[in-house]
Amino acid sequence: MTSAVRKERNAFYARTWGGKNRHYDIFKEGAIALAVTAILVVALSALFSSPDDPPLTFKGWAQSAPENFYATAVQQLAGTSGTATYGPPYNEGDGISVGPLTLQKWGGVTHPVDSVNDLVITPLSSQVEPSNVTAALRAWNAAAPDQQTTWATAYDEAVQATADDNGDLHLDAVTKGDYGPVPDLATGLLAMANSGAYDNAMTAQGQFFQTDQTKQLLMMGDGSYMDGIATEKNLQGNTWGMMNEAGSWPGQIWLAFWSVWYQLPMFNNADGGTLTDNADAIIFFILMALILLFILVPWIPGVRDLPRWIPLHRLVWKDYYKKYGRFTA
Amino acid sequence: MSTDTTPSAAPASIDDFEPTTWTGSVRKKWITTLPPEKMLPENQPAYVSSWIYVFGMLTITALIVVIASGCILTIGGVQWFHESSTGHFVNSLHFWSVQLFFLFMIVHLWGKFWMAAWRGNRGLTWATGAICFMAALATAFTGYTITTNFNAQWIAFEAKDVMNSVALGSWINVTNLGQMVGMHVVLLPLAVVAVVAMHVLLVRKHGVVPPIDALDPEAAVIALAVPSHSAEARTADPGEAATGSRSADATTGEVSS
Repeated sequence: MTSAVRKERNAFYARTWGGKNRHYDIFKEGAIALAVTAILVVALSALFSSPDDPPLTFKGWAQSAPENFYATAVQQLAGTSGTATYGPPYNEGDGISVGPLTLQKWGGVTHPVDSVNDLVITPLSSQVEPSNVTAALRAWNAAAPDQQTTWATAYDEAVQATADDNGDLHLDAVTKGDYGPVPDLATGLLAMANSGAYDNAMTAQGQFFQTDQTKQLLMMGDGSYMDGIATEKNLQGNTWGMMNEAGSWPGQIWLAFWSVWYQLPMFNNADGGTLTDNADAIIFFILMALILLFILVPWIPGVRDLPRWIPLHRLVWKDYYKKYGRFTA
Repeated sequence: MSTDTTPSAAPASIDDFEPTTWTGSVRKKWITTLPPEKMLPENQPAYVSSWIYVFGMLTITALIVVIASGCILTIGGVQWFHESSTGHFVNSLHFWSVQLFFLFMIVHLWGKFWMAAWRGNRGLTWATGAICFMAALATAFTGYTITTNFNAQWIAFEAKDVMNSVALGSWINVTNLGQMVGMHVVLLPLAVVAVVAMHVLLVRKHGVVPPIDALDPEAAVIALAVPSHSAEARTADPGEAATGSRSADATTGEVSS
């Protein structure tokens, strides 16, 4: 189609329609459509209900996987947990980067999380503890930061060294060493979680009103408890988890165009790698570019011509073409 | 300071109306852009005759149910549906209306894509529809983060990595329930409704796009007389088309009065 013909056709498409009309009642159509939709929604709700798996608790974690909770507490003290090493916006660090761009740092540390104090020491200090834990807290607080790090790092390494081939930890096999108060602190936190007190301490965080769950979620995600349950429920990113939800409900199927990228081997390589480690940022920018193209479809030659080249529109206007004919350039 | 005026006779038509205030200017602009017969037509072009056209309206009706059920959930609070069977049913209404909203919208979107509905200076109509889809995605996503159940925990925990990876997490903290409730219940629905309203007004302003390769009914007689211009034209009925004395340039296909 020449540009002149294209221009002429566009002028015709833009003009107020001067051909045959048919009766059309927009409010009547709307009323019928609303009734149909409402009936469908009520029927689907009555038949299939909606998902509502209870939230995980620290109590549940401590009772189901005490070794993992214990080891996570030690990692918070040692500064080796996911939260402690995360970077912005929770603490200092580089975080994810794309090439030379350290994007994650650009926003700064806006939600500071001190994994040692926020997730272990402050909750332990918020209630009356057994004497050994009280003494451990006193010893920890009295020690110099270097000493704290030396104790916690040594104990963290000793705990992680007990992992068997399946990754399960065996705390009774931890080698003896100078770990200072760290074992008692971890034992105290585990006991606190077992009783449910850790859930309460983390929810309130020393305040009356609290609506920010950042610290709870970071702690919950640092262990393997939530991750394991998510895997069981098919919610991991490499199994289309971004668009799934717990149970047999459709989930956010509309996120398929986003989730599909996480299925590509280069973005979910088990051995990591630049693309996998930075997949979130890279995929985000791919998607932003695609979304921009999506919005700009009418102005992109080639893309805007697809409907003409793949003439599915003839199904829609089959009767009209049959009756009134069709223009061919 | 206001000045007393004498009521003047109503102008015969909007073209004769000379506004003297901002309000009057807006009224003139509104009525000339979207006269009542365009805003609320009782007729549509003959080609508007397919089930695919229904999905735009279905999307709007699903949005109405989404908003209505969401308002009831808002009154009950974010944890109501865990504690009450009525609350859970309303949550189900909200959940399924969202599912239908997206289903209808995606069918509508694909339909409009394959119909190339952006033709004839309707690009902005497409763009607002696409932006509406994106705004709806964000709204639905924030909805999942405020369900205060396992889904909310997991989705917020995973999504924070995407947000943080590009520094957005510094301002939009998906693990902050209070922030997400405000965004889901107020800001994002306002954005969706505003964009939908703009989209619908643009549809009304420009009308429904004619079929790809539709013959110009106002040049139908000429078109039939020029085989190269309308090789597949068969039964364009001059009697059914609006009449007009136009001629067509056989070389360029340009139609002139």
